[in-house]
Amino acid sequence: MKKIEAIVKPFKLDDVKEALNEIGIQGMTITEVKGYGRQKGHKEIYRGAEYVVDFIPKVKIEVVVPADQADAVVAKIREAANTGKLGDGKIFVVGIEEAVRVRTGETGSDAL
Amino acid sequence: MMKMRSLLWTTPMLLFPAAAMAAEGPDTGDTAWIIVSTALVMMMTPAGLALFYGGLARYKNLLNTIAMTMVAYCLASVIWVLWGYTLAFGTSMGGLVGGFDHLFLSGISVNSLSGTIPTYVFLLFQMTFACITVALVLGSIVDRMKFSAWIVFTILWVTFIYCPVAHWAWGGGWMGAMGALDFAGGTVVHINAGVAGLVLSILLGKRLGYGKEAMFPSSITLTALGAALLWFGWFGFNAGSQLAADGVAASAFLVTNTSAALGALAWMTAEWMTTGKPTVLGLASGVVAGLVAITPAAGFVSMPGSLVIGVMAGLIGYFSVAKLKGMLGYDDSLDAFGVHGLCGIWGALATGLFASPAVNEAGMGLFYGNPGQLWIQVVSILGTAAFSAIGTLVVALVTKMITGGLRVVEEVEIEGLDNAQHGERAFEIQSV
Repeated sequence: MKKIEAIVKPFKLDDVKEALNEIGIQGMTITEVKGYGRQKGHKEIYRGAEYVVDFIPKVKIEVVVPADQADAVVAKIREAANTGKLGDGKIFVVGIEEAVRVRTGETGSDAL
Repeated sequence: MMKMRSLLWTTPMLLFPAAAMAAEGPDTGDTAWIIVSTALVMMMTPAGLALFYGGLARYKNLLNTIAMTMVAYCLASVIWVLWGYTLAFGTSMGGLVGGFDHLFLSGISVNSLSGTIPTYVFLLFQMTFACITVALVLGSIVDRMKFSAWIVFTILWVTFIYCPVAHWAWGGGWMGAMGALDFAGGTVVHINAGVAGLVLSILLGKRLGYGKEAMFPSSITLTALGAALLWFGWFGFNAGSQLAADGVAASAFLVTNTSAALGALAWMTAEWMTTGKPTVLGLASGVVAGLVAITPAAGFVSMPGSLVIGVMAGLIGYFSVAKLKGMLGYDDSLDAFGVHGLCGIWGALATGLFASPAVNEAGMGLFYGNPGQLWIQVVSILGTAAFSAIGTLVVALVTKMITGGLRVVEEVEIEGLDNAQHGERAFEIQSV
């Protein structure tokens, strides 16, 4: 099993969700996060007082899938979240040792 | 000056109330307009100023700012009818303060007249000025003053600072007698409050993290709405200060609106040219700067004078808060001194320059052949500023003794005064 963690622009969330639904992904977890990378923050000035806003709002999407689906999910997310500009985000893939469905006790891929 | 004229009518009337009531009743047109004006000025404090300041405070101190504004209005209202009115408008004691002849409003009845309006209307109109003046001071000290200290400070400041200065200008005191022109409160309200704010902010010290961490206003939307309500209420403030529904009131209305609009445009332009963006906060601040500056001049200057007054107010306001404050290094949180103090001084000087006898025969400025007026204005500015500075210092130190300190403890300041002092939050926003 693999976990795909994608950090994308907030307004791209719905596009990513629909793209993953198309390939049969049934669930996901999202978190509102802030961060910065190559896309620099911006400056706000209030009556001459200048504040630099470094951390920009993003959405982190987490999806756990069987290992053989991981590449397809990454490709779909990349396609849906891409605007071609700095700040489109990053996708990380990590291995998952075990999964358990709380209600039934199923484990492994059956729990996904 | 109309306020002086009506006072001269008031005094003999109060000595012989029965005779005055028999002579003639109030002018219904004047009375109706001043009742409306009073309600307009009332709105400026718990609505206009509360939103203007509340939106500028940080999100964790928004409610505390609104609470301080509202409690200032309530306290000053009560003080005014108990002892404030008589200290400002009672029979003068040496031109310095009013006597106690109207303590608890004694000697005033439904039939009492001040000029052409009932004395109750006059004193209520004046009450709203006392309320907003003390509330203006809090712009300098939001984010860090103890609520209990603010309450004690308000009571002492209205009593010992506002009432005497109001007496000097409008109640038969030395400034009015000297011929100082202050139509609606340049010295009494704005310079007085601005200087008091500066003194109090220096005494309290800077906010934790000032100059290092970002201090975002909680809501520029609220601030812009507050500025709009202040502007609306200011028509009562300035046009109402004529104490009559006549041509001078109409002229005051005209120059008030013109100066506010130009103040906003000038501030916006200065900001756009120096930092690259025309901000909404700049527009809202410019409106207030223009309104402050026209206040002492409203019933004395003609339309062309108001053009200069408004443009200069926007520029002075912008450069004082964006440049001067940084150079001098004090933390006047919401710029009560920068906007009210300095634009108030500009307005008081401008009244000495542009007062036109064609508008109001009571005032003649430098440009109409009376250079002495400018000097009188300077004396009134210095007198007000010096008294306000020293008086505020004394009042604040007494407050500090009574409440065991002026400032909240560090943990409260970090947590935010809304939760720590009031147990409430300004917003509940569900993010997902």
